[in-house]
Amino acid sequence: MAQKLIFYLFAIITLWSAVMVITRKNPVHAVLFLVLTFGTSAALWILLEAEFLGIALILVYVGAVLVLFLFVVMMLDIDLAALRAGFVHNLPLALLIAAVMATEILLLVGSSEFGLEQFPKPAPLGAEIDNTRELGRLLYTVHVYPVEIAAVILLLAIVAAIRLTLRRRSDHRSPDPARQIRVERSERIRLVKMSPEDVSPLAPASCPENSTASN
Amino acid sequence: MIALSDYLILGGLLFVIAVAGILLNRKNLILILICIELMLLAVNMNFIAFSHFLGDMTGQVFVFFILTVAAAESAIGLAILVVLFRTRRTINVEDLDALKG
Amino acid sequence: MKAIYLTIVLAPLIGSMIAGLFGWRIGRCWAHRVTIAGVTISTLLSFWVLAGFIWGESQVFDGPVYTWLVSDGIRLEIGFLVDKLTAVMMATVSFVSLMVHIYTIGYMADDEHNWPKESRAGTNSYQRFFSYISLFTFSMLMLVMANNFLQLFFGWEAVGLVSYLLIGFWFTRESAIFANLKAFIVNRVGDFGFILGIGAIAMYFGTLDYTEVFAHAPQYADTVVPILGGVSLMTLICILLFIGAMGKSAQMPLHVWLPDSMEGPTPISALIHAATMVTAGVFMVARMSPLYELSETALSVILIIGATTAFMMGLVGLVQNDIKRVIAYSTLSQLGYMVTALGASAYAAAIFHLMTHAFFKALLFLAAGSVIIALHHNQDIQEMGGIRRYMPITWLTALIGSLALIGFPGFSGFFSKDAIIEAVGHSGLFGSGYAWVLLTVGVLVTALYSFRMYFLVFHGAPRMDDHTRHHLHESPVVVTAPLVLLAIPSVVIGWLTVEPLLITDWWQTGDWNPLVVAQAHDSLHTLRAHWHGAAAFVEHGLHALPFYLAIGGLALAALIWWVLQALNPRIDELVQVFAGPVAQVLRNKYGFDDLNQRVFAAGALNWGRSLWTQGDRTLIDGAMVNGSAQTVGWLALRFRQLQTGYLYHYALAMVIGLVGLMLFFMQR
Repeated sequence: MAQKLIFYLFAIITLWSAVMVITRKNPVHAVLFLVLTFGTSAALWILLEAEFLGIALILVYVGAVLVLFLFVVMMLDIDLAALRAGFVHNLPLALLIAAVMATEILLLVGSSEFGLEQFPKPAPLGAEIDNTRELGRLLYTVHVYPVEIAAVILLLAIVAAIRLTLRRRSDHRSPDPARQIRVERSERIRLVKMSPEDVSPLAPASCPENSTASN
Repeated sequence: MIALSDYLILGGLLFVIAVAGILLNRKNLILILICIELMLLAVNMNFIAFSHFLGDMTGQVFVFFILTVAAAESAIGLAILVVLFRTRRTINVEDLDALKG
Repeated sequence: MKAIYLTIVLAPLIGSMIAGLFGWRIGRCWAHRVTIAGVTISTLLSFWVLAGFIWGESQVFDGPVYTWLVSDGIRLEIGFLVDKLTAVMMATVSFVSLMVHIYTIGYMADDEHNWPKESRAGTNSYQRFFSYISLFTFSMLMLVMANNFLQLFFGWEAVGLVSYLLIGFWFTRESAIFANLKAFIVNRVGDFGFILGIGAIAMYFGTLDYTEVFAHAPQYADTVVPILGGVSLMTLICILLFIGAMGKSAQMPLHVWLPDSMEGPTPISALIHAATMVTAGVFMVARMSPLYELSETALSVILIIGATTAFMMGLVGLVQNDIKRVIAYSTLSQLGYMVTALGASAYAAAIFHLMTHAFFKALLFLAAGSVIIALHHNQDIQEMGGIRRYMPITWLTALIGSLALIGFPGFSGFFSKDAIIEAVGHSGLFGSGYAWVLLTVGVLVTALYSFRMYFLVFHGAPRMDDHTRHHLHESPVVVTAPLVLLAIPSVVIGWLTVEPLLITDWWQTGDWNPLVVAQAHDSLHTLRAHWHGAAAFVEHGLHALPFYLAIGGLALAALIWWVLQALNPRIDELVQVFAGPVAQVLRNKYGFDDLNQRVFAAGALNWGRSLWTQGDRTLIDGAMVNGSAQTVGWLALRFRQLQTGYLYHYALAMVIGLVGLMLFFMQR
């Protein structure tokens, strides 16, 4: 009974916050509601005895990915009104498609197909069963190659994200050590033989064009 | 008791909401990305529900990989978004029609 | 024996290859020496083979010399079937060919004048000509010695090819090109039927070998083929094969190529269009006698076509002014006689006439060639006359040839032609009465046109210009020697051979008889029953209707073109004016040429043009090639509208697809 109560509570919060995600004008609010959705979902997962994934969702997803979303949303100077235009215009079509899909999904996965008769509630696992250990054992034995591939994908994502967002600014100033150590003496110093002469203060201060020492 | 169908319906409704969100906010690239995250959440929900009711941990392994890939995807997606905004000064999807035939 | 037969066939081929491929190296003399040597070897060996059959104990040879390929039970091989029929043909072909080779030395001696000065086309034409005629001899020998239908067809086509090359030998002349194309195409029409007939044989008999086909033929006598509402298999095969013979032996309506083929040099006319090639069809039908005896329908068709050709083509000969064309029409008419004899199942008589005709027609052509040389290649008989005094040998041999042609008693043509008329008269087949009337009247026509030409050429006042007349003299010995050598058999061959060929069962060798005649069709039976020797046959011929007609025709010709010609030089024209529309029809050759030209040639041209414009340009190029490209382009233009490039349109499409997919799952 308590489980049922918890389930319905979190399920309703999840759906409500999901609706809020798609209807907020401000993307910051949308992301924050998304955080809520993920949090309640994590609670539901824990209810399903997937403790590790529930916690991982909170820590990794909410803590990292959604914060990244927030950063990006806040960093960009977006004209929200332009993006918002057409929301009402799209509403009937969106609702129609949503209604059709919802009906279909309800008909497909209703309790007649996936009810308790077909899938009875499994007995609760004892405290001695460690979900994290079980998952880890599976990941590092049976699914070890996919794990490595996933690692490569994550590395790739890191490299790709950095490479994409990295930019060279034209007004950026920093010394280039490679060029600095490659320099030759002849590029910097020019010896000029001059006869002593009378320097008139009225003579224009001429400077040979090539005698500059700058880079 | 809470049946498998309840979780599946929850996942389905989350998915439908995400789809509706894409259709509603079809100009805002960030919201589209967010809706994709919602969809993945709905799918993960189904996987975990099945894993629980079938007593098979493989479903959770799948969710683990989906989370990994989704993280990578959102990272790259947001990076592209940032680059896009830098070059075009907009994230309006209607302005992104370079692929038009 | 196999080696000897191979030598007979290959000697002319080797000569031809040497003269043809290396003619530019070995020069004119060696070109004719080497080809004549090849043909001489063939001739001597052929005579030896024939002698072996006549006086010796030679046996029929039937065997392969080379297997080309074996496929699905059908053996395609080169082989020889040498029996008395083949031996007679071999001797005739190689002898006439040898005469023509020798004669050609004289006729083609100044061939350079026949080519345009500025072109190099005439280079080595002399050697080329010898190469061609030797190749022709080879082809014809392959044809007659074949022991299977494939080799027969090979020889058949090779003969057609060489005749194409030879008719168009002076290929810088427009008319020669036209004539050789015409010959080739008309022969193709015949060959189409021929190859269909061979195909039918291969299909039903499963073999192309003569002896096997003949052995199994009676089993198929009552087989009916389900085409055109059911045709007897034998009738179908025989008529299809005869269509081939009609092309090659120039029977109506496929005769049109032969008169035009006189564009070729005269030796060719003698060799191909008188003595050998055109007889291929006659020989083929005689060779296939075991098949033809099984189909009375086919025999009647042959009978009617042959008789019609014999009579109508003889009439056309009456109005021709080109000396060679007169002889050409005479050839057509005589071929008609042979074919009629085949139709009356008198195969022996047909082959007999083929042989005698080969001699006297070659003689006539070569005599005409001799006259043509003397007149500097002028062929119009209206501009000849009185040549008798200048060219006595030519005159005498031409007279012998003409007498043999009209069947004057005692000359070779008399025996064969009389036998044919007798045989047709006693044949019981449908159409034999019609054929007998036409052939008998045809004798009168033959006498008329032969002696019209004879008198116009050799008698009366000379009508050529003075310059030519002063240079008129007898031809060199290489020309007259063949004339004499051909004149001798033209006189005596009938006496010598009529009895064995027609009366006794000479053709039989062991238990093999090449000329199978069914009891019911045996039209020579009466002749055989009343036979009292050649002299009696001649004596009997003196009281028969054909003789009166021949003499009547000769006398009429003499009256008009000799006596009246002397009074009025323009008598020939007057006679034709007197004949009015009849002469006009004859001059138009019954309109066959116009019909072919306007209907078939123009029709084919129009058809081809419409296929080109409608089929090729409009349908294939327009509708299919460009059309498909345009359709793809049009569709792409439409589909491009779908590709908006906006992300949410693709997303919407995916979502709708998803909804549809779920609907599909709900259906289940």
